[in-house]
Amino acid sequence: MTDSKYFTTTKKGEIFELKAELNSDKKEKKKEAVKKVIASMTVGKDVSALFPDVVNCMQTDNLELKKLVYLYLMNYAKSQPDMAIMAVNTFVKDCEDPNPLIRALAVRTMGCIRVDKITEYLCEPLRKCLKDEDPYVRKTAAVCVAKLHDINAQLVEDQGFLDTLKDLISDSNPMVVANAVAALSEIAESHPSSNLLDLNPQSINKLLTALNECTEWGQIFILDCLANYTPKDDREAQSICERVTPRLSHANSAVVLSAVKVLMKFMEMLSKDLDYYGTLLKKLAPPLVTLLSAEPELQYVALRNINLIVQKRPEILKHEMKVFFVKYNDPIYVKLEKLDIMIRLASQANIAQVLAELKEYATEVDVDFVRKAVRAIGRCAIKVEQSAERCVSTLLDLIQTKVNYVVQEAIVVIKDIFRKYPNKYESVIATLCENLDSLDEPEARAAMIWIVGEYAERIDNADELLESFLEGFHDESTQVQLQLLTGIVKLFLKKPTETQELVQQVLSLATQDSDNPDLRDRGYIYWRLLSTDPVAAKEVVLAEKPLISEETDLIEPTLLDELICYIGTLASVYHKPPSAFVEGGRGVVHKSLPPRTASSESAESPETAPAGAPPGEQPDVIPAQGDLLGDLLNLDLGPPVSGPPLTTSSVQMGAVDLLGGGLDSLIGGTNFVAPPTAAVPASLGAPISSGLSDLFDLTSGVGTLSGSYVAPKAVWLPAMKAKGLEISGTFTRQVGSISMDLQLTNKALQVMTDFAIQFNRNSFGLAPAAPLQVHAPLSPNQTVEISLPLSTVGSVMKMEPLNNLQVAVKNNIDVFYFSTLYPLHILFVEDGKMDRQMFLATWKDIPNENEAQFQIRDCPLNAEAASSKLQSSNIFTVAKRNVEGQDMLYQSLKLTNGIWVLAELRIQPGNPSCTVRAPAPTLRPWSLPLVLVEDAVQASLQAWLEPESVRSLKRTFLESFHIHPVRLPR
Amino acid sequence: MSASAVFILDVKGKPLISRNYKGDVAMSKIEHFMPLLVQREEEGALAPLLSYGQVHFLWIKHSNLYLVATTSKNANASLVYSFLYKTIEVFCEYFKELEEESIRDNFVIVYELLDELMDFGFPQTTDSKILQEYITQQSNKLETGKSRVPPTVTNAVSWRSEGIKYKKNEVFIDVIESVNLLVNANGSVLLSEIVGTIKLKVFLSGMPELRLGLNDRVLFELTGLSGGKNKSVELEDVKFHQCVRLSRFDNDRTISFIPPDGDFELMSYRLSTQVKPLIWIESVIEKFSHSRVEIMVKAKGQFKKQSVANSVEISVPVPSDADSPRFKTSVGSAKYVPERNVVIWSIKSFPGGKEYLMRAHFGLPSVEKEEVEGRPPIGVKFEIPYFTVSGIQVRYMKIIEKSGYQALPWVRYITQSGDYQLRTS
Repeated sequence: MTDSKYFTTTKKGEIFELKAELNSDKKEKKKEAVKKVIASMTVGKDVSALFPDVVNCMQTDNLELKKLVYLYLMNYAKSQPDMAIMAVNTFVKDCEDPNPLIRALAVRTMGCIRVDKITEYLCEPLRKCLKDEDPYVRKTAAVCVAKLHDINAQLVEDQGFLDTLKDLISDSNPMVVANAVAALSEIAESHPSSNLLDLNPQSINKLLTALNECTEWGQIFILDCLANYTPKDDREAQSICERVTPRLSHANSAVVLSAVKVLMKFMEMLSKDLDYYGTLLKKLAPPLVTLLSAEPELQYVALRNINLIVQKRPEILKHEMKVFFVKYNDPIYVKLEKLDIMIRLASQANIAQVLAELKEYATEVDVDFVRKAVRAIGRCAIKVEQSAERCVSTLLDLIQTKVNYVVQEAIVVIKDIFRKYPNKYESVIATLCENLDSLDEPEARAAMIWIVGEYAERIDNADELLESFLEGFHDESTQVQLQLLTGIVKLFLKKPTETQELVQQVLSLATQDSDNPDLRDRGYIYWRLLSTDPVAAKEVVLAEKPLISEETDLIEPTLLDELICYIGTLASVYHKPPSAFVEGGRGVVHKSLPPRTASSESAESPETAPAGAPPGEQPDVIPAQGDLLGDLLNLDLGPPVSGPPLTTSSVQMGAVDLLGGGLDSLIGGTNFVAPPTAAVPASLGAPISSGLSDLFDLTSGVGTLSGSYVAPKAVWLPAMKAKGLEISGTFTRQVGSISMDLQLTNKALQVMTDFAIQFNRNSFGLAPAAPLQVHAPLSPNQTVEISLPLSTVGSVMKMEPLNNLQVAVKNNIDVFYFSTLYPLHILFVEDGKMDRQMFLATWKDIPNENEAQFQIRDCPLNAEAASSKLQSSNIFTVAKRNVEGQDMLYQSLKLTNGIWVLAELRIQPGNPSCTVRAPAPTLRPWSLPLVLVEDAVQASLQAWLEPESVRSLKRTFLESFHIHPVRLPR
Repeated sequence: MSASAVFILDVKGKPLISRNYKGDVAMSKIEHFMPLLVQREEEGALAPLLSYGQVHFLWIKHSNLYLVATTSKNANASLVYSFLYKTIEVFCEYFKELEEESIRDNFVIVYELLDELMDFGFPQTTDSKILQEYITQQSNKLETGKSRVPPTVTNAVSWRSEGIKYKKNEVFIDVIESVNLLVNANGSVLLSEIVGTIKLKVFLSGMPELRLGLNDRVLFELTGLSGGKNKSVELEDVKFHQCVRLSRFDNDRTISFIPPDGDFELMSYRLSTQVKPLIWIESVIEKFSHSRVEIMVKAKGQFKKQSVANSVEISVPVPSDADSPRFKTSVGSAKYVPERNVVIWSIKSFPGGKEYLMRAHFGLPSVEKEEVEGRPPIGVKFEIPYFTVSGIQVRYMKIIEKSGYQALPWVRYITQSGDYQLRTS
């Protein structure tokens, strides 16, 4: 007898009939009726009309029936909130049932009824269940707190459930502990500021003990929670690692990956000289390899994570190349990931084997896989110089197969090989040219054209070849058009006599007949260059190109560090930070790896460079197919510009951003707006009030301080450069939020509407957190003041100077660009006070070259006053001491991207001086010009000291220092 | 943190049954799943993780069903997939087969199980033996109103109930080693690994404490047993069942545990030591376009003469448009399986050191078909009893129970083929 019979009743009047059955006196009939209702619900019929009748069946001693009614309630309570109240009584009663199974069932279901009205009635039963004698009820109640918090956070806090939940972490039953940890983590994740999981060595110890006893899922909750903790020093990190490593032997892949996450994160704190570090490295490889025998979906997650691990610590898997060889029956997504990892692991030692495999793959059937395999051969050539020759000959063999897509992929990668090893393999050009006609993909055509243009002097019929492409110029895709334009200009510069006609033809096609602004602009630039100064044109167009680096598709180091903290999660599979795909990105805390802090005084060699990215050298990354536009521009026009193109509707200015650095040498910056500085240094001659009176001033002022120093507004975009729109502004930081205060003035004669704003990528990821709201159209001579909230979760690109911000403002008239410098202190976060122990340890670790000193003149403040003034700019005093009559203040501040700066402030009567140190070692080749820090310190100190009119930023120490920032935990 | 809802869909993407755990993703979003899957498949970009706007689908396929978890958070993906597989395991234990029909036939139990397996996205009790103690298939059992939470659910020993009794206390130990092999077309071994599992069948009363002793090299080195006559094996990576005390193993390599009742897999291990491929295949596949294919396969048993490989099956790929097969074998029989495009050569018993030959001949149509075919590898299946490639041995199994009964451990060894592939040129 099966349940399927319940699905069969489909006749008319069914609801009516069910109603009668539900109200039947016979228990058995009632139960049958409820089953029919649930069956209808399962197939998607609306049976909500039966709500009162079903709820009436709730009071029963039949557990199965009760479960079904509860299930019904969960589904329909939301649509019938008023009637859901009818159920409350039974819940309250069931929570007192002598059978723990029923108590737990009631408390579990209660939380799933997401009806605000009834939640408050559930608090009392929940409170009892949290203290229930049966662990099964307690573990269910723990989860219920998280459910209730999701519906009504305030209620849960008011009722003190969070504290009860925290107490459950010390429960005697491991399953209760695990669920409490899971519930707290869940709540903490949606309320990052709550500091719920107040992890300390004692609570960590409890968790580690529970880890040995709870179920596999509980182990995952605990490990994921541990991963959020930052040990105070390397000793603690090591002892946690030692207790976590046994989890690597768990049969459940998810437990293993969560353990790997904790280890990878805490390893960051261990010195590479430690024996334990090496032991740990060795322990990590086997379990990672074993993950490859799991189910394909788990393999996929593992491979995506191994891809990150290999980038972070290539030494772990460097000997394990073979396990990534592709098997015939692997699903395609596994094959592609394996291929990617194979290339990352390729080295001189194993290249022969890798190449043999890749060649094998390149003759498979699956097109995507074959393409990737061919591309991989090219990447090997670039990565392992010794193999380049063999790779090229393999590629030539593949071209001989004449399989269309193989040939095209091969040509695309050969172009990269030419760039990496100029003047080495040009002998193959003839073979490539033979296949010209079969190329039908834009990327391959563009690559071929690039090759012909680049080596025009060696190809006798280069002009004919390029001309053949020209016929269908307007049907080509943009990348081919751009490449053709550049290619022919190169040809002309190399063989001017016979190609004059050709170049004129292409220039006129590009400038006169094209709608594409990029193409037109590039055409015009070449035209002007060629007509005014052919020598300069030659220097620009035929300039030596920067070499492309060997590492490809590397994940940007900050992102990589963040992703390591998310091992096993969706973020690690997408290779994107959670903020990129989780709604309400603000709720997501950026995670970062902990710094290395040693408890011992051992002298350590400066840490060697992180994986794959030697300091001071930003790897050029071979772009994925989609990015080729940017790449083509780079190829010919100088240093990499990789900002996302802003709107390109404006012809004169739209191109500036696109072509970026390459152009300023060409057009002398005429189209650029001179960047106005945020704070203009002014001379100072104001009398200084006495220290005593200032102190009084301060005490009266302290209460009103609500934010840091704000510079007066400066004109950023003069009206004459923006068709009548004048923009001036400044930056402020108030209670944790940064905003850009803008003043827009319409100095034109027409009404302005449709304002929008966009930032280019910048050093600290500043981005508008909301659209630019100009409510009414801006009539002539009208001015509006707008405060634009900013976030720091935008894309990051290092700018020069570091605090440079490029802004595009659009209105109904045009798009305008300007750049401005923002004061650094808007980026000092509120939790920038470093723990004293940590400060001490970190300070010692900072090498001297990261240190800079400057003096602050005319600052008659005492220590306390200085400290509180600095604090209002989020520069915090960690400690204070008095040495030989001088007050020493130890200050810390943290930037929004997690960089810490530590400072020592010595206050001699009348002569304070400041030593600033930033912690080493460096994690990324960034330098933070100290001048900016100095400005911020001075501005904060002096803003309160002097009348507004003479506020000044004086630099007593003008030399610019480079101090290396480091990431510390948040 | 984890799944917001779990769906079981039929092969067309229609939900058969679902459970909403968190309520933060609209249940109607599942409608987008199947179109998305089809689209990705066409693009050749199919992956186990698909996203539609803010909703992420984590899915696995089991026979004709899709199990899909939705989430809008940065969920722990490995946990979700692990959980979905565990769910299948539990359903299979309950219904034998998990398919559309068994879901429909048992929807009440499926709902009950979904309720017990996960709460608010957190996996809870997923041990089917324990679940069966309080979520029973016979609904009438429940009506007595006696059902209680077995204490086991929340015990530290959450996999074994108390009060188990057997007249005869026995443990059966199966040591099974699978050989994974990948050989390229020119005959060089690319990958050769041994994946071993130790499976236990436990019929023991009470709460017995078990200790398993293996000839583990690390253990021998720790205890000074290495050298001399004691042959030991270096286990590269070991994975244990929930019941094994991992920290103890980490400390002194002792495998100690309180076992679940009945069948379970105690541990698995991996070794990548090169061993001589147990059955070596040489093949010549000559394709004469438009006329015929000639296949010659030579199989050689490269293991001890005393041992015998049973149920050997060698599958050799043939073009999909081949016809009129003819075979000649020195031993065993060959069969053409057109639906898989292979010839299967079966040999019931294959002693070590022997060498056998098979020839096959196929006709090819004179009109060549258009699509290109892949080059599937030759696959080999076999079983060699009373033998482990790695040389692993169970040295002892100590069984201690407070009632002090005597229990007998029985050990069996077997080596079999795992993923055993030889590429063809």
